[in-house]
Amino acid sequence: MKFSGFKVVKEALTGHKGWQPLWRNPEPKPAYDIVIVGGGGHGLATAFYLAKTFGELKVAVLEKGWLGSGNIGRNTTIIRSNYLLPGNEPFYEFSMKLWENLEQETNFNSMVSQRGIINLIHTDGQRDAYRRRGNAMLLAGADARLLGRDELKEMVPFLNYDNARFPIKGGLMQPRAGTARHDGVVWGYARGADQRGVDIIQNCEVTGFKIENGKVLGVETSRGFIGAKKVGVSVAGSSSRVMQKAGMRLPMESHVLQAFVSEGLKPTIPGVITFGAGHFYVSQSDKGGLVFGGDLDGYNSYAQRGNLPVVEDVLEGGMALMPMIGRARLLRSWGGIMDMSMDGSPIIDKTDIDGLYFNGGWCYGGFKATPASGYAFAHLLATDRPHETATGYRFDRFNRGHVIDEKGVGAQPNLH
Amino acid sequence: MLIPHPLLGLRDSQEFTYLGDANLMHRPDPAAENAEAAFCEYVFLRDNPAGVHRELWFHEQGDRSWLVVTRDTTTHEILGAELASDVKLGAAQ
Repeated sequence: MKFSGFKVVKEALTGHKGWQPLWRNPEPKPAYDIVIVGGGGHGLATAFYLAKTFGELKVAVLEKGWLGSGNIGRNTTIIRSNYLLPGNEPFYEFSMKLWENLEQETNFNSMVSQRGIINLIHTDGQRDAYRRRGNAMLLAGADARLLGRDELKEMVPFLNYDNARFPIKGGLMQPRAGTARHDGVVWGYARGADQRGVDIIQNCEVTGFKIENGKVLGVETSRGFIGAKKVGVSVAGSSSRVMQKAGMRLPMESHVLQAFVSEGLKPTIPGVITFGAGHFYVSQSDKGGLVFGGDLDGYNSYAQRGNLPVVEDVLEGGMALMPMIGRARLLRSWGGIMDMSMDGSPIIDKTDIDGLYFNGGWCYGGFKATPASGYAFAHLLATDRPHETATGYRFDRFNRGHVIDEKGVGAQPNLH
Repeated sequence: MLIPHPLLGLRDSQEFTYLGDANLMHRPDPAAENAEAAFCEYVFLRDNPAGVHRELWFHEQGDRSWLVVTRDTTTHEILGAELASDVKLGAAQ
């Protein structure tokens, strides 16, 4: 089944009886060439590119719950490539390019909307830092524009420009950034992978790895043993828990990050806006709700819910930035569990165990990375070599001293 | 969250800043032969358990003592708190 405008009209006229499920629900086979642990955005993207780009035929994705029940359903849907460091920016720009062609590639409406992101500038020092960042983005082939106060005021007149403590002096804009529909991403990748023969097995929790003589032979699951030549673990949020079953300790802590949605409003916020003096970012969904978030709660957590002090902190940030938000009612809030790595950057690498590969440590930047993470992990699984944009994301960067620390705060995960 | 401070009673967790795993009190011996590897592990690797976690909180807005708090990371339930200096002599440095 291929989606098209013609198909929508035809189904509308014939009572919508021709729609089919987007993917099969197969029983697990005894063995596969490659088993991906984790049916979230990254795991399904990995399976999709393994099948489509690298021609792998016997691939399975194991998901302990239902597809998209983890962080892919708990994020604030922002896509962007406005990083500074050479280890990061080419990777995220590669991701941005994949986003731009995602819907054509998967034949699924992921509602990729390039509405732009603006990082606000409040001080002269910040303008210098953002100018440098913008130049780094341009050097990596991304787009960036430094906005003056007047130009910014025309684009987003509702901000509190003359806040006594944090006046707004301008912004760094990436016009190609924006948002995507998070569920649409997961469904598109799942459908695309399934169409190319990938077995997506839900309600199948990995309970252990079968490792002999330093080589992985398969995974023990709640639905029995599944053999595999290669196993790729892509379970961000639970990485330490899963890799602990293979005897590994990871350079990361799990933290909870909260996000919020207001009631639906008329179109008011054109793109994504981030506060430069506190931690607050906001966009408006297609349904009209303001989607926003801020800091981590700051302590290790697997609870998928946070506490009220951070709720208050985020809303204070919102009020300082755009006082009009005070009239909107908060509809709901939720928490997601982040793999906070020791330098704020991810890991896509082989492990010391032959045939066991790892993808995780996305901190709270995993959503925008979904396509490139999948592509790079598929590249690594299929060819045993890292993708050219992901060569820095190695396990051993910590003991070699080659950390990729965008914020420069060191091995303190709750500050990244 | 309320943290049961051993000297001050129940205190709001907002008065504290969080450092991380209480094993950070056990700094490796810099003179040992494998010190480089041991420090790399000490600085970067964590158990990160889902469940009971012993962790360091600093009572920054209070008596500026370091606490070792035992907390369940799956429920946020706090199971106990002790002065870090009681756990390990000299740990409050």
